[in-house]
Amino acid sequence: MLAELLQFLVSGLTVGAVYALVALGFTLIYNASDVVNFAQGEFVMLGGMVTVFAFAAGVPLPLAASLAILAAVGVGLLLHRLAIEPARGASAVTLIIITIGASIFLRGIAQIVFDKRFHQLPAFSGADPILVAGAAILPQSFWVLGGALLVFAGLWLFFERTLLGKAVLATAANRLAAKLVGVDTSFVLALSFGVSAAIGAFAGILITPITLTSFDVGTLLALKGFAAAMLGGMGSPLGAVVGGLLLGLLESFAAGTISSAYKDAVAFLVILGVLFVMPQGLFGRRSVERV
Amino acid sequence: MSLISVFRRGLLGLGTAALIAAPAMAQQGQPIRIGAVLSVTGPASFLGDPEDKTLRLYVNRINAAGGVNGRPLQLIVYDDGGDANRARTFATRLVEDDRVVAMVGGTTTGTTMAMRPVFEDARIPFISLAGGIEIIEPVAPFTFKTPHTDRMACEKIFADIRARGLTRVGMISGTDGFGQSMRGQCQRVAGPAGITIVADEQYGPRDSDMTPQLTRIRNTAGVEAIVNAGFGQGPAIVTRGYAQLGIRLPLYQSHGVASAQFIELATPAAAEGVRLPAAALLVAEQLPENDPQRRILIDYKTTFEREFNQPVSTFGGHAYDGLMILVEAMRRANSTDGTRLRDAIRATRGFVGTGGVVNMSATDHMGLDLSAFKMVEIRGGAFRLIGN
Repeated sequence: MLAELLQFLVSGLTVGAVYALVALGFTLIYNASDVVNFAQGEFVMLGGMVTVFAFAAGVPLPLAASLAILAAVGVGLLLHRLAIEPARGASAVTLIIITIGASIFLRGIAQIVFDKRFHQLPAFSGADPILVAGAAILPQSFWVLGGALLVFAGLWLFFERTLLGKAVLATAANRLAAKLVGVDTSFVLALSFGVSAAIGAFAGILITPITLTSFDVGTLLALKGFAAAMLGGMGSPLGAVVGGLLLGLLESFAAGTISSAYKDAVAFLVILGVLFVMPQGLFGRRSVERV
Repeated sequence: MSLISVFRRGLLGLGTAALIAAPAMAQQGQPIRIGAVLSVTGPASFLGDPEDKTLRLYVNRINAAGGVNGRPLQLIVYDDGGDANRARTFATRLVEDDRVVAMVGGTTTGTTMAMRPVFEDARIPFISLAGGIEIIEPVAPFTFKTPHTDRMACEKIFADIRARGLTRVGMISGTDGFGQSMRGQCQRVAGPAGITIVADEQYGPRDSDMTPQLTRIRNTAGVEAIVNAGFGQGPAIVTRGYAQLGIRLPLYQSHGVASAQFIELATPAAAEGVRLPAAALLVAEQLPENDPQRRILIDYKTTFEREFNQPVSTFGGHAYDGLMILVEAMRRANSTDGTRLRDAIRATRGFVGTGGVVNMSATDHMGLDLSAFKMVEIRGGAFRLIGN
């Protein structure tokens, strides 16, 4: 029984770390612009697909991964320059719809540039599971968990300890005021798209050995990552990690102990319940209502 | 005579001539229009893409060899993206605007069922490439299909499990259409096949970890074998989870994953020993010399792989069978009239295709039996034919 619960825990943490990484990608752009970037899943897809194709072409894995991150950053910056920047001044809802359009566009391009099949990457440090008290853990799970922690720590340091991070937060709080005190808000937004794309691609690379990848892998991941970010509190790096892990654990324990057919329903019911009581999510900022 | 009146009379004449002569002219060199609505993109694209490629390739080859009854074929393909609504719209367009004489396509059971009424109403033969048994049961007069059904897959798997002296099965199924349909069919035929289903777990088609479900099955008392109903990447992740947990029970996959890509995705080490029912195309080279399908399978395989530089899949094979059954029926009927063509398709006997030997009848619009499925086992990263 203990081994069984431990197995569910491991499974939940692994899947949860995947969601957490995607949720973290949402954080930066949201903080800079109040926009939920629904093309975040496509950055995850780009990270995985570019790595797979570069690796298959004989590029060593670390170099292939770097290429993938660079490619995603390029796409992120272009997305900002060509789609978001021209609509500057539009409402957040308009911008969100633009990101949905961009996500469909990127998926369409990926189908043509890559292909429509599923792909895999070898696990970074072997595929032999590690046995702990009867539960089997894949080494790749540690990579994903470690990656989520690393990105979390990086984001936290960035927002709390750097001037640029503060500038991003200031832009989010009040764009005009930030501009008046000398923050280059346009640069801040471009930066947040670039870094967000890098985080997404990084996530895509780490999770591909577990989840596999294809041109449309981003859709569901973005949805789950978004749910995780909402649960944890949109805009909070800590919230993204906790929300992601919680969502993963909910799914795996629901599948293992209640019903595998209704595990998603169970997870989303819990999220709804939490948001009823805490509309800002677990770690969300309280927004002040102005009258 | 003024220029205008010449023009007008000419036009009138042309119009009348076209009206009167349309059926006669159609017999001379006018292309025969064949429609196809396929899921070339979207979640079922790995089915629709090889189907699309196969149809285009073979229509070109048939035309290069002189066409059918002295007329070239014209293939009209629409991509429904896996969406049943769009499929139905395209089906209507094929019937009303493109005026096709027959339809080969319908990649998924969902799109096929959405399009079926359109072709039934228009009395145009419709050869579907989807697996679901509801397409041909009960028989609809103008609807046919080429792939094996999931019920046959269940029967083949259960027969193999019984042959190993096992009876108690744990099932794990995807919540997508394919997984649910096969799960239902397996539950139906389990009793008659002497199999008891003792565990019944499910997973979302894009889930990234199935170890909780597998852990539950492993801990179910008395389970002797695991059957995974699903296609896409789900079965690959199930197989990885099965290896991760070190489960020793025999694992059966469905015909939905019968491609070399499955082994690659699941990794050869994890997939070692996995068995599945598959169309003979998968093991063409391993068939005995006297197998009736051998020659046609190797021919299709080499043609496709030379043209597209990617491995064949059984799904493209279904499209090949559908097109060839239609072409043969057109030759026999020497007509493109819907009802006569339908009768000719229905009269197909002993047609050797990639899916098996097809013997259709008024009550069987698929014409395959269990012998069309081969039980294969994955050994050393490749499919091996095992005693059938």
